[in-house]
Order: sequence, then C-alpha cells, then structure tokens
Amino acid sequence: MSGMTLRQWLLTDTPTSRRHAKMASFYKGWLTLRGNTMAMFGLGILVALGLIALFAPLLAPYDWTTQNLGNRLQPLGTEGHLLGTDSLGRDILSRLIYGSRITLYIVALVALIAPVAGLLVGTVAGYVGGWVDLVLMRITDIFLAFPRLVLALAFVAALGAGIENAVLAISLTAWPPYARIARAETLTIRSSDYISAIRLQGAGPIRIITKHIWPLCISSLIVRVTLDMAGIILAAAGLGFLGLGAQPPSPEWGAMISEGRRFILDYWWVATMPGLAIFTVSLAFNLLGDGLRDVLDPKDSET
Amino acid sequence: MTTAPDPGPGFAIPNWVKATVLTLGSIAVTMLGLLFITFIIGRVMPIDPVLAIVGERASQATYDAVYRELGLDQPLLVQFLYYIWDVVRGDFGTSLLNARPVSEDIARVFPATLELATLGVIFGIVLGVPLGVVAAVRRGSWIDQVARVVALVGYSMPIFWLGLMGLLIFYGILGWVGGPGRLDIFYEDIVPTRTGMILIDSAIAGDWSVFRNAFSHIILPASLLGYYSLAYISRMTRSFMLEQLSAEYITTARVKGMSERAVIWRHAFRNIRVQLVTVIALSYANLLEGSVLTEIIFSWPGIGSYITTALLSADMNAVLGGTVVVGLIFILLNILSDLLYRVFDPRAK
Repeated sequence: MSGMTLRQWLLTDTPTSRRHAKMASFYKGWLTLRGNTMAMFGLGILVALGLIALFAPLLAPYDWTTQNLGNRLQPLGTEGHLLGTDSLGRDILSRLIYGSRITLYIVALVALIAPVAGLLVGTVAGYVGGWVDLVLMRITDIFLAFPRLVLALAFVAALGAGIENAVLAISLTAWPPYARIARAETLTIRSSDYISAIRLQGAGPIRIITKHIWPLCISSLIVRVTLDMAGIILAAAGLGFLGLGAQPPSPEWGAMISEGRRFILDYWWVATMPGLAIFTVSLAFNLLGDGLRDVLDPKDSET
Repeated sequence: MTTAPDPGPGFAIPNWVKATVLTLGSIAVTMLGLLFITFIIGRVMPIDPVLAIVGERASQATYDAVYRELGLDQPLLVQFLYYIWDVVRGDFGTSLLNARPVSEDIARVFPATLELATLGVIFGIVLGVPLGVVAAVRRGSWIDQVARVVALVGYSMPIFWLGLMGLLIFYGILGWVGGPGRLDIFYEDIVPTRTGMILIDSAIAGDWSVFRNAFSHIILPASLLGYYSLAYISRMTRSFMLEQLSAEYITTARVKGMSERAVIWRHAFRNIRVQLVTVIALSYANLLEGSVLTEIIFSWPGIGSYITTALLSADMNAVLGGTVVVGLIFILLNILSDLLYRVFDPRAK
C-alpha cells in the first residue's frame, strides 16, 4: 500500500485479498453509519455505558452496598450525593454506575444465547427441509404465538428468581424470530450455485452450514439483535421490578425502581433515576439498531 | 395461485375445506404446544404439589394417598392427557392460596384486564391511525418527526416506570386523576356486577357518580397502554400509507383532479384497512400482555396482578392457569388477525 493513504486503501474498487475486501466493505458500512447522527448518538451512549461499567469502581463515589441510615432519602444535589440517596442511605449515583454492569451482563448473555439458538434451529430447518423443517418451524411458531412476558414469568416461576434464570427465561422467549430469519436466509442461499459447487467438491452438510451459510446470516441477525436489545433490557428490568430477576441488594435498575416505588409520592427521585437510566440505554439501542438496519439491511429500511 | 389437478368426480375437496382443516389443525397444534409447555413448567417446578396440599407434618400414608389422587404415579404422557382434559373442561385446579377453583378466580379478574386493554387500544386507534396517516402524507415534515419521536420513546420506555411517573405527576402533584385501584373505596360495591367492567356496569345501572369515579381511575393506566399501542399503530399506519401513496393509481387520481382529501381517505386509506385491522388485533393481544406490569403499578385487580401475586406466593395452579388463559387469548387474536387478512384481502387467497 505504498503511496496510498489508509483511507484510499480501504475505499479501493480493486481489493487485493479477501481480507482487504472484507475490511473495505466494513469501512464503507462504517462511513454510512457515521453519516447517521442519531445512530452515532446511540453508539456514543453505549460506548459510554461500556466505559462506565468497566471503570465503575473508579467512577462511583461510594460503594454500592454502603448504607448510611442517618442519611436516607436525601434529595438530588445533596452534598456528596449528586442523585440523592435511597431508603437505606445508599448513594443512588453509585448504585446506577454499578448497575450498568448488570445491564450489560444480561444483554450480553441474552445476545449470546438467543441468536445462536435461533441460528442453529433456523439453518438446520432451512437446509435439511422436509419433516425436520416442518417440526422445527411448528415449534418456533408455538413459541412465537406466546405472550413473551407471561411466558418468561412462568419460566422464572419454575426455575426460581435470579439474574441467570431471568436471562434464561428471556432467551427462551427471544429465539424464535432469529430462527425465522435464519431459515429464510438459508432457503435463499441453499439453492445458489456456489453452494452446489461446494457440495460437488465434497463438503458435508455440517461444513456447508457452519462455514458457508452461517456467515451470510450474521448481518441480518445483528440488526435484529440490536433492535431487540431495547426489548430485552425492558423485559429484564420488568422481571427485576417484579422481584423475579436480580435480587436485593443488587443494584439492578428494575429492582431499584421497585424499591423506590414505595415512596414515589414523597421521594420521587429514588424511582425516577434508575428509570431514566433504563430509558437512555434502550433508546440508545433503538437508535443504533435503526442506523445499522439502514447500513446492513437496506431492503427493510423504513424511509 | 396454482390449482391442483382435479382428481376426478367424487374426490374433489373444495379448497376452502382444505384451508379450514389446515388452519384448524395448526390452531390445535399451537394450543397443544402451549399446554405442553405449561405442563412441563408445572412438572419441573421445585415446589412439591403434594407437600403443598398435605403440609409438612402429614404421615407418609397420607402423602402417598394424595400423590396417587393427583395422578402423579401415572406415566407423564397419561398425566399430560389428564391435564389437557382438565383444561378443556375449564378446570385449572384449585388455588393454593384461597382454595377456590382457579377458573372462578380468573373469570372474576379477567373483565378488569379486558376493560383496561380495550380502552387502551381504543386510544391507540383514535390517535395512532390519524397520526400515522398525516405522518405519511406530510413525510419529512415536523409532524412526521414528532410521530417518529413519539414512537421511539414508546419503544424505549419501561412501561412500569412511565406508569409510576404518571401517578406521581397526574395523581400525586396535579391531582387530576384517581389513584391506584379501580374505584375509590366508598364507591365500591354500589353497582351490581353484570359484566365485571365497571364503566359498563355503572352505565347500565345509570349511576353516573360511580361511572365518573371509575373513569378517573382507569384514564391514566388506559392512556399509558394506549400510548404503547399508539406507538406501534402509528408506525405501521405510516408505512402502509407510504406504500399506497407511491402507487400509480394515486397519481392517476390526482391527475384526474380529485381533491387531496379524497385521494388520501377514499383511495389510499381504503386500501390499508385490512392490514390495519390485523395490526390492531396484534396490538390488542400485546396490550393484554403489557397490562401485567401496568396492573401492578396501578393495583389494578386484573389477570396480570393475579398471575404475579400467585407467582410470588408459589401458587402454581394459579400461575399456570393464568398463563394458559392469556396464552389462549393471545393465540386466538393472532389467528383472528390472520383470518381477517385472508377473508378481506382477495390477494391472500
């Protein structure tokens, strides 16, 4: 790449290697995304959230468990407690900062479990076809026909309350749309010429699915996952609020709202602040998801 | 649109019969799946149903007797068949909390949820459809931007938190609406229960003071649900309308010199009604579910509160009964929206 800037190298029409082409297309996507102010705003919030979670011990003025009963329910802007204190005198700002870790933990786990399960079911159904397809898609439809929150409630009831079980319950209700998408992609890819070519070269079904079909399903799945993240955060917060997700004294945002709910009329900030945090993060995911959809999946774009 | 070769006289099965059988079959499979999942959840529960009935100090003989009485000594498949039979007869077992049949409890609490969700979806339609139409017609204008933000905020806001904020502002600070619950305490049990929906019951009884009080209580949670339904309905209306407005027949109508109002409402809007009805049915189904968290916030004695209370006290029969009922209604509304689409849209045949 002598005589070329990195930018020129990335924007070339004649990539010299497969990796070069991949990086070039990634860079072009990034340029489109960068032009979308709202998406970049969302991305900025999420990066900030990641940094806050990473450096929580450095950023938080107090430990999230430190109680101070002599200093309970202090209003916003109290000396040393920017966002006030809760019913046990704990610093709300510090708890919100540590709570970002739990939010990211839940989001990451669900984002790992549900799309992978959906990808597996969808590609197998689409590639194998016949009875397997019929049975797998019927199961998917059954799960899709369920009210998600109520199903998650019933699962948590069976598994017991807790973050991991909430994650499992949300994942169990979240995978079917991914399976649908992966199956649809597989059906279009399956009959293409290059798949026949690979098959003639002697590739088995497992190799074809994992090496040639999965990579092509990823981009539409990523869009869908990003758009779903807001819903996942809201579901997790809802379970936490009902006392079925993270348990006290955990600084999970939904559980914090549930604590603050008892004195909402007198000490409004205790429940308001964690709600704003949830709103900000899920808004950020929605904005980023919309932007990503425009970049990766223009055919579904709304405008 | 392919027609199967005619197998000859005597064997021809009309297409609508085939379609009906297929639809009914898929409904049956979906419902069986629902029951299977709730059955499995009931079986893997860490709570021992026998112990919950006989108590911890019962003798082994009593325990075994109840164990057999509940059919727990039977193979799982047989138990599942019994379970289906019970549900078909509307028997969800007995609540462990109050020893009443779960089905009676559900019949008692369900009208409250229905009233709330129905009012919510009405708000959603009345505001969401015009907003979506205007946003599509004036695409890119400030009203389109407002509609976009309204929907985005609706998708991002935790419903229970918005409910709390609503209570804080409109009840706590401004005092414009009634607080949690369906009625103030001194208005309770005045009008006879007919439908279980207080607005309707009080209207039938002609007791307008009760009606006003009930309305002041329902308006806030219903607006809240309405907002979520509005977010969805306005977005969908907008995209359906955009699709129609870019069609050639619209250009033709405009060229003919038709008024813009007639083009929009008599031509474009007419063509999206079918899609819109399916969206509204789906939105209604979602509201029945979305009311779970709303009911908790507003102490609304509906099915959402019922399931959650039962859950926290490990009353498994009640939880599963409630889940099955909400699931069945959800599935039925989904199917209904699908059917409406097929019946009214000739292209889908």
